[in-house]
Amino acid sequence: MSALLEVSGVSVTFDGFRAINNLSFSIGAAELRAIIGPNGAGKTTFMDIVTGKTRPDTGTVRFGERPISLLALSEAQIARAGVGRKFQRPTVFEDQSVADNLTMALKAARGPFKVLFWKETAADRARVAALAAEVGLADQLTRKSGELSHGQKQWLEIGMLLAQEPRLLLVDEPAAGMTLAEREHTTALLVEMAKTRAVVVVEHDMEFVRRLNCKVTVLHEGAVLAEGSLDHVTKNPQVIEVYLGR
Amino acid sequence: MTKGFLAKNPSILIFLAALAAFTLLVTLGSEALGLSFISTSMVKTLGKILCLCLVALAMDLVWGYAGILSLGHMAFFAVGGYMIGMWLMYARTEEIVIAALAQSPLPATPEEIRQGIATQIFGVVGASDFPPIWAFAHSLPLQLILALAVPGLLALVFGWLAFRSRVTGVYLSILTQAMTLALSLYLFQNDSGLRGNNGLSGLQNIPGIGEPSQAAVSLWLFWASALALACGYVLLAWLVSGKLGSVIRAIRDDEQRVRFLGYSVESYKLFLFTLTAILAALAGVLYYPQAGIINPAELAPIASIYLAVWVAIGGRGRLYGAVIGAALVTLLSSWFTGGRVPDIPLGFATLKWVDWWLVLLGFGFVAVTLFAPQGVGGLVDKLQGLRNPDRKGAPLGPDDGSLQEKEAVE
Ligand SMILES: Nc1ncnc2c1ncn2[C@@H]1O[C@H](COP(=O)(O)OP(=O)(O)OP(=O)(O)O)[C@@H](O)[C@H]1O
Ligand SMILES: [Mg+2]
Repeated sequence: MSALLEVSGVSVTFDGFRAINNLSFSIGAAELRAIIGPNGAGKTTFMDIVTGKTRPDTGTVRFGERPISLLALSEAQIARAGVGRKFQRPTVFEDQSVADNLTMALKAARGPFKVLFWKETAADRARVAALAAEVGLADQLTRKSGELSHGQKQWLEIGMLLAQEPRLLLVDEPAAGMTLAEREHTTALLVEMAKTRAVVVVEHDMEFVRRLNCKVTVLHEGAVLAEGSLDHVTKNPQVIEVYLGR
Repeated sequence: MTKGFLAKNPSILIFLAALAAFTLLVTLGSEALGLSFISTSMVKTLGKILCLCLVALAMDLVWGYAGILSLGHMAFFAVGGYMIGMWLMYARTEEIVIAALAQSPLPATPEEIRQGIATQIFGVVGASDFPPIWAFAHSLPLQLILALAVPGLLALVFGWLAFRSRVTGVYLSILTQAMTLALSLYLFQNDSGLRGNNGLSGLQNIPGIGEPSQAAVSLWLFWASALALACGYVLLAWLVSGKLGSVIRAIRDDEQRVRFLGYSVESYKLFLFTLTAILAALAGVLYYPQAGIINPAELAPIASIYLAVWVAIGGRGRLYGAVIGAALVTLLSSWFTGGRVPDIPLGFATLKWVDWWLVLLGFGFVAVTLFAPQGVGGLVDKLQGLRNPDRKGAPLGPDDGSLQEKEAVE
């Protein structure tokens, strides 16, 4: 299986502090992967690098079948190339309705003039409604997203990711602040999404990771400490020491 | 689409109706056509205010909707004014020179006429030749194109440099202000080719249309200003009502997030900055023939700061707010500074409104910021019983868009 995303030998230094240290990582085109690791391990920074927010000092990041380097692209170009991202805290546009948020994310031309003359078709409306239904917000379409509960915002953001139709999805702590039932729904959604695309999930909650039932990568001090099934990595003495032991 | 658009935005119809009624009232009251209860100078003042409302609309789009606090839009306004002023002054002087030379026995050559115009216009700065920037001043269509193209191009180049390096917030405001100041200082120089601090004058005389009375001219310009304001309002209302409006409000609230949706934030900002600069220039083109004179002081950074104050008082992020703010403050300003408000004797001193109006405006601005952050336009929401979502935490202030305290910490 050829990799969709291939990160190799990447290092990042913030003011002399090595947040990412010679990190290598790859994921296939339809794969679910969980990343775990203690606070400050560099999980969010890793996502920043892939999405173009942070530029690494060294290393390469390649994406696609005929790999293109993501390092030469802007954040927006990377997103258009097919990388979607969900943030640690839910970031939806609170001032706008759920439908507007989803419409903005909908896969379509992104240039100012194309957007200015864009007209919503019946198909777009149906797609927005379907997405809202998928994330359990069908009856909230006209509400301002700022009025939603924390968990609903998380879902709206997941819905926006789906609307973008990315080929690689980076999801940072999706279950934070969700109830048990919401978590189960989220797990099902992530597993479903990973059937047709690559999904990387950062999560602290071990129960959640277990339910994802996928390969796990353990990060520590900016590098990969262990990789394999959850049972495999949780038996690793180093992992127990830096992460599980506390 | 159009039906849905107007149905979804009832404020457009209300605005157009109010503007039409106002235009009718002024027309009926004018000295040119009507019952003469509005003086010609008042018609000019009202026409100018309509132009200022148009710039305020542009400012609201770029600041209220997109979160770019530009302190340079009055510079684009004034550059537009200078461009139309060049034609007005040239063509008017040409008429005078031709009339004067007609008395001489020999018919004047084009060269003599041109020389005569140059001497008339540039005598005050000790020059008698046309600077290169006057090359198209003889032609109204060319100069009109320049009046919109020059500010547009200026905004395009400036915006490209600033947005490309991701200058945002206070730094961008300072940069736009520096641009305004530099432009103004340049124009103050006699060899700038635009008559230094004398500026351009006599702009109230429209050449090529015989000798109509100022009463008639002022009414025509008033109509033109009202039409431009109406068109500008509808254009911007259409622009912000669709997906583009969604995207630019999203940019204001969290531009990084918008990038991750695949939108190139920089091109949107550049598009808006340039578009609003052109709108501001259009307002300037209509304003200065009513003002009659333009000089470099019009470009002073303070003018652009006033513009931001109008929009803040009216309520940013809603188009009618910008119009209300600009109209309210400029009307009050012309009332207070017009010397028609009685001074208040305080015993030890006299409160002269001409001097104290700015202090009052300052207090008004502070009061709006503290007690009605949505501005006067926000009262409309209150009347409609709309409630804003409780977003927890206090607003951060103008530079961080409309993010709230807790949302801004990552
Ligand atoms: N822009 C920055 N400037 C300086 N230091 C940073 C910056 N971004 C991250 N860091 C540091 O890099 C390290 C890795 O941070 P990162 O946010 O990637 O950790 P994380 O694994 O996502 O942690 P958590 O589980 O708490 O979310 C931390 O020590 C953090 O303080
Ligand atoms: Mg993190």
